[in-house]
Amino acid sequence: MVSEFLQYLFSGVTIGAIYALSGLGFSIIYNSSHVINFAQGEFIMIGGMATVSLVGMGVPLALAIPLAVAVTMLVGFALEKLAVEPARGASVTTLIIITIGASIFLRGVAQVIWGKDFHSLPAFSGDAPIGVFGATLMPQSLWVLGVTLAVILVLGWFFNRTLFGKAMLATSVNAMAARLVGINVKRVLLMSFGLSAALGAVGGIVVTPITFTSYEAGIMLGLKGFAAAVLGGLGNGAGAIAGGLIVGIAEAMGAGYLSSAYKDAIAFVIILFVLFFLPSGLFGKRGADRV
Amino acid sequence: MKKLFKRTAAAAFAAAALASGLAQAAEPIKIGAILSVTGGASFLGDPEKKTLEMFVDRINKDGGVLGRKVELIVYDDAGAADKAASFTKRLIDSDNVDLLIGGSTTATTMAAVPLAEKNEIPFISLAGAVTIVEPVKKWVFKTPHTDRMAAQKIFEDMKKRGLTKVALISEDAGFGKSGRDQSVAVAKEMGLEIVADETYSPKDPDVTAQLTKIKNAPGVQAVLNFGFGQGPAIVTKNYKQLGVSAPLYQSHGVASKEFIKLTGEAAEGVRLPAAGLVVADQLPAADPQKPVVTEFRKAFQTAHGMEPSTFAGHAYDGLQIALAAINRAGSTDKAKVRDAIEQTSGYVGTGGIVTMSATDHMGLSPKAFHMVEIRQGDWSLVD
Repeated sequence: MVSEFLQYLFSGVTIGAIYALSGLGFSIIYNSSHVINFAQGEFIMIGGMATVSLVGMGVPLALAIPLAVAVTMLVGFALEKLAVEPARGASVTTLIIITIGASIFLRGVAQVIWGKDFHSLPAFSGDAPIGVFGATLMPQSLWVLGVTLAVILVLGWFFNRTLFGKAMLATSVNAMAARLVGINVKRVLLMSFGLSAALGAVGGIVVTPITFTSYEAGIMLGLKGFAAAVLGGLGNGAGAIAGGLIVGIAEAMGAGYLSSAYKDAIAFVIILFVLFFLPSGLFGKRGADRV
Repeated sequence: MKKLFKRTAAAAFAAAALASGLAQAAEPIKIGAILSVTGGASFLGDPEKKTLEMFVDRINKDGGVLGRKVELIVYDDAGAADKAASFTKRLIDSDNVDLLIGGSTTATTMAAVPLAEKNEIPFISLAGAVTIVEPVKKWVFKTPHTDRMAAQKIFEDMKKRGLTKVALISEDAGFGKSGRDQSVAVAKEMGLEIVADETYSPKDPDVTAQLTKIKNAPGVQAVLNFGFGQGPAIVTKNYKQLGVSAPLYQSHGVASKEFIKLTGEAAEGVRLPAAGLVVADQLPAADPQKPVVTEFRKAFQTAHGMEPSTFAGHAYDGLQIALAAINRAGSTDKAKVRDAIEQTSGYVGTGGIVTMSATDHMGLSPKAFHMVEIRQGDWSLVD
């Protein structure tokens, strides 16, 4: 009984941490530009695929990871420079549509470069399951959780303790005022794409040993990450984590105790229910736009 | 006078016939293909297209069929049924093809079926579902094995091992859904009992919750997973993580080296039905399929630098059956070619030995599958 519950919980936490990592990336770009970047899932995919390629070429994993993150960051910069910045004066909706186009484009390029096969990475610390009261947990799940926690801490430090992080926050609050006090808003936007690309890449790399990766892997991770970010309140890092974990645990408990046929429905009912009472998410700002 | 007229008429007729015969000899045999080369089903359509192009080239270099060149016209439906229908129409109306191959998926095939039937054009499908040839449609044939045959083969093997209480875990989309339904029906016919029936979504990152339920269900003696892509690989890994002791069976949907590569050690001991092409190296020398599949693999590997999937094999079989039938019919007369395809007998292909009849437009039996077990990262024949 206890072991069953624990197993469902472990399953949910593993899935949830994956969603949370994906959701965090949405939050950063939303914070600095109010754009929902639908190419976030593709950053995750590129991170995972680039690592697989590098490892395949004989680069040790410890070196392949930072290289793959750097590659993904470059893609993030390029996306901002080549697609988002030229449309500077456009409305947020137009920018969102641009990111959807970019995601389709990136998926196509990935398909040409890496083909249509699934790829995997070896688990970072082996495949021996850890037993806890009759339930089992893979060491890689702990990696996902640990990296998610580390990312939150680093982001917290970055946004609250560094000048550039504060500049990003200031831009998110009021871009015009930020420009007036001398913040380079263009650079902030560029950095936010780079940062969330790097974040997506890190997420993509740690989850690849569990979920595998392919040119299409970003679709599901992006969508569930978006759901997690909305549930937690867009633009709120801790909210994205909470949202991811809630969706993941709801799916696992739903599959375990109710029916696996309805597990996705259960998660979405929870999301709808929360948004019905708290339209800006669990941790979103309660403010309303005043005209 | 009258007699003379008759003779001239006969001579003129003969000359005309000869002339038209010559003209026909110069005209190529046109084969139209509707394949899902891009989109979600591209893992089917892409190797199919490569295979068709490669072998049509070869045949033309060797002088073609009936002394005529073969012309291949391929349209990409990107996996969409409506596009498949309009491309089929185009192949029939403006390209005037003699024969249709394709429909990489069951949906695209079924969209093309009414057009082939109405215009009376022989059509060889490359898709899996049993509904394509059951009930029998006059002009429609297919080369791949069905999920029903796979379920029969798997349950036969379970029975041999004395396992009669089965748990199902299936993907809740397309292939997995149809496989699950066929499994439930076949299990009933063969006297096996389904004691648990769980599903997962194709992109789920973890299925330990469903497998825990199966593990705790009373009396489970074997588990069968119907699905393809990453799902079965995740099921296999989670299965190992939970340490479930009942043997795990997979469907023919994962019969590729990619599956072994993805799952690594977790795949040890997993059993699945596979076509001869997949286990070419393991087939005994006496097996009639051995030379065919070895030759095909070598040709595909040299041309494309990768192992052919079973889907590439389906396209090869379709093309060979079609061209052999045209050869036997001695012309591209559609009714004659159709009859010749239906009379295909003892054709040794990559999928098995094909013998069609008026009531069987696929011509394969569950014997076309080999039961394999994964041992030390490679296939090992069980029977």
